[in-house]
Amino acid sequence: MKLDAVDREIIQQTQAGLPLVSKPYHAIAEKIGITAQEVIRRMTCMQEHGIIRRIAAIPNHYRLGYRFNGMTVWDVDDQYIDELGAKVGQLTFVSHCYHRPRHLPEWPYNLFAMVHSKTEQEIKIQIDVLSEMLGSYSRGHDVLYSTRILKKTGLRIKNYVSA
Amino acid sequence: MDDTDKAIINYLQKGFPICESPYQLVSEQLGIPEAELLQRLQKLLDEGTLSRFGPMYHAEAMGGALTLAAIKAPEQQFDEIAEIINRFPEVAHNYQRNHDLNLWFVIATESSDRIQEVIQSIEEQTRLQVYNMPKCKEYFVQLQLEA
Repeated sequence: MKLDAVDREIIQQTQAGLPLVSKPYHAIAEKIGITAQEVIRRMTCMQEHGIIRRIAAIPNHYRLGYRFNGMTVWDVDDQYIDELGAKVGQLTFVSHCYHRPRHLPEWPYNLFAMVHSKTEQEIKIQIDVLSEMLGSYSRGHDVLYSTRILKKTGLRIKNYVSA
Repeated sequence: MDDTDKAIINYLQKGFPICESPYQLVSEQLGIPEAELLQRLQKLLDEGTLSRFGPMYHAEAMGGALTLAAIKAPEQQFDEIAEIINRFPEVAHNYQRNHDLNLWFVIATESSDRIQEVIQSIEEQTRLQVYNMPKCKEYFVQLQLEA
């Protein structure tokens, strides 16, 4: 799907959030100077094509009490990684799941899954669930916890209208 | 945060409709008036319980590029190295993690060529190797953080 100038204007108007008014798509339409039907049609199309992953509320993990956030990394056979990654992604406590390249010999891990929990005990259980799911397909794993957030500005795309 | 707030958070993590009156539709599902839903959402955003509410756009699908990269910063130079990396506007997140690879950062640019340039500049300025780990594949997730 090729984005045009109007799509980019919709992105620009909504990337910080959806208007909190009864008819939000009308509000966006009014700002851009097109009809609400056009906004609805274009956003539906962008969602169908994966430009919009989904429209949703993103909670602050820490505010909901999720203090234990770990990056679990696994060394699994490339041949089975897609099958395993798809299964891992289905777990409700996994927020991101990716196949990434190894950097041998120091970094043998190719499957990354971010997990979130409220207690240390719970995160250990989550890692056990993952371990069991991956079973003998996993030749080794590690869990990296963030000890400090040094920067977090988010992925705001700037100047997209002129791009 | 009461039970109604929790119900709203849990419901809206799953998705939100694109239609004429989407809040009304959601409020009927939750069994509360639309005005109350809007007011509670505003409060949850204002107090920071929700970091955001709206469409999540796919950077690559919009023509941008993203990668995850890591570096082994020697302990004595840690703060200095972190600062060099943070100075790049293309670096969106930077976390310290408990591993030899102790700095993990996300680089977001408007083109994939630019990713390589940023990595090269970071390597020149830090005199350290950047381990580039762009995703080969992303797996669909069903995250639901129970409020």
